[in-house]
Amino acid sequence: MTTLTPAPHKQKAGPRFLGRTGKSRLDPTRNSTAAGLAAWAAALIFAIPVFWMVLTSFHSENDAATNPPSIAANLTLDSYRNLFSGASGLDPWPPLINSATASILSTILVLALAIPAAYALSIKPIEKWTDVMFFFLSTKMLPIVAALLPLFLFARNAGTLDNIWFLILLYTSMNLPIAVWMMRSFLAEVPAEMLEAAQIDGAGLILTLRKVVAPVAMPGIAATALICFIFSWNELLLARVLTGVVAGTAPVFLTSFVSSQGLFLAKVCTAAVVISLPVLIAGFAAQDKLVQGLSLGAVK
Amino acid sequence: MSSATATPQRQRPSRHPSTSDPQANARARATRWARRAPLLPALIFLIVVTQLPFVATLVISFMNWNSLRPNDTGFAGFDNYISVLTDTDLRASIITTIVLTVTVVLVSLLLGLGLALLLDKKFIGRGIVRTMLIAPFLIVPVAAALIWKHALLNPSYGLVNGTLTWVWSLFGSDNPPQPELLSQAPLFAVEASLIWQWTPFMMLILLAGLQSRPLDVIEAAQIDGASRWQIFRYLTLPHLRQYLELGGLLGTIYIVQNFDAVFTLTSGGLGTANLPFSIYQTFYTANDYGLASATGVVVVIGTIIIATFALRTVFTLFQKEEAR
Repeated sequence: MTTLTPAPHKQKAGPRFLGRTGKSRLDPTRNSTAAGLAAWAAALIFAIPVFWMVLTSFHSENDAATNPPSIAANLTLDSYRNLFSGASGLDPWPPLINSATASILSTILVLALAIPAAYALSIKPIEKWTDVMFFFLSTKMLPIVAALLPLFLFARNAGTLDNIWFLILLYTSMNLPIAVWMMRSFLAEVPAEMLEAAQIDGAGLILTLRKVVAPVAMPGIAATALICFIFSWNELLLARVLTGVVAGTAPVFLTSFVSSQGLFLAKVCTAAVVISLPVLIAGFAAQDKLVQGLSLGAVK
Repeated sequence: MSSATATPQRQRPSRHPSTSDPQANARARATRWARRAPLLPALIFLIVVTQLPFVATLVISFMNWNSLRPNDTGFAGFDNYISVLTDTDLRASIITTIVLTVTVVLVSLLLGLGLALLLDKKFIGRGIVRTMLIAPFLIVPVAAALIWKHALLNPSYGLVNGTLTWVWSLFGSDNPPQPELLSQAPLFAVEASLIWQWTPFMMLILLAGLQSRPLDVIEAAQIDGASRWQIFRYLTLPHLRQYLELGGLLGTIYIVQNFDAVFTLTSGGLGTANLPFSIYQTFYTANDYGLASATGVVVVIGTIIIATFALRTVFTLFQKEEAR
């Protein structure tokens, strides 16, 4: 009951207290304990599935399948050893190599196509360059599933079914619009005065690109590459329909666990950790530019 | 679509204005093509790889074509489209797609907004919290769906039911509730896993929006005695509107297309089949190419409607950034 009645001195001190330290509630140097606690709680809840996945991957199959969960069970590398030795009859290396091939080569192709295009859209812009930009973007918005059947029929007739190169071409087209948008916004940051100065000094195209454009654009190129890599690595639908035993990628490998039964929980967590690791590394490396890539360059 | 948008052009005035001199004209044309040249490989590649298959889909959608009955192949008119709208399974999957997309986008936008507002403050370990919150988005989607299916929601030894057992045992009960979410509320399970993955995406976009707020205006409002709520309602929210729209629309475009979560968590069973899953099944399992294509065209039409709004929002933000 007493708590309902505010103490008189508190009431008096309230406004003064605010007036003293609350000169700006947005002052970025001011610590907010309440917001901090709430944010920590939310972050823990969101991260629990990730922690649990990692923890379970280091448990034995028997400890992984208990109710209530055995959080403090002994840690072991058994399921990593089993996964990579192919003890379960599933060898993870071919799909991992396929995924790496498809993601890295398509990213290189994307950059080779997107950088010149972005150059023609920012540094020496063509007429109607915004129209071209929005054409690129509109292709990204059409659902892949609607193009799936013709792609499948084409691949079957051309003999490119289960061929990693066909997947590489498709991943290139999937990521090209994002890369063009990102690269354009990075190249637009090259100061016009510097380009003019280079021209006055008589620097040729190659020299200008190397000495003026590249230093400014390099971090952007790296971020674009990482984001294209992530999207290719994650892709399932095209890979599932267009590849099989030979060219199957890591996500296709993971689908073999969809209807698993029995003691396999540690194994599935191990596979999930191993296959997510490249994306986690690339994502945290590109953290600062992640928003720009995901919003197609609209947000800086 | 894009050619219809009136766009401001940062066209540089040509140093050689076109004259009647044919030599000058030829030179101007050569310069123009030299400028366009670096763009052409990307443009041609994209048109060939993304636009041609859609034309093919459109053609096949008007055909009777089931690879199991090759002799019946022929022109079908609008039959496939009528099937899309009358077939109970396909109609159900249209509704599932809408429910799934709207739920996931709205809930993850709201959660993302709350988290962005928290992360906008300064507190101890903000960097770590940010990293932890981004992590769900950086798990391979199939892997994330598998973790939800097996490690979290498995009725006999998943973490959710395991935790319930543990909490109940703390109170001396050996009769804890053990829900089977995957079979009792399958759509909810799919939604929960997608919300978990997409909230970080929304948070990142909204946080970028919050951090681009003009602080001087807000400080002025504080000096004038505006309350926290008033500042949020009349300054922060209007500023965030475009970022909310952008997050919502991009989220919608990605989640309408979602295949991984539905395929992995429920294999499209128990009323969770959305349109991408149904299309996949219609052509991959049932081999009905005509019907699959018509369904695909319906998805494209729906997406174009959303994409028009999305493009407009991107365009407004784009102009703002250009004006900076």
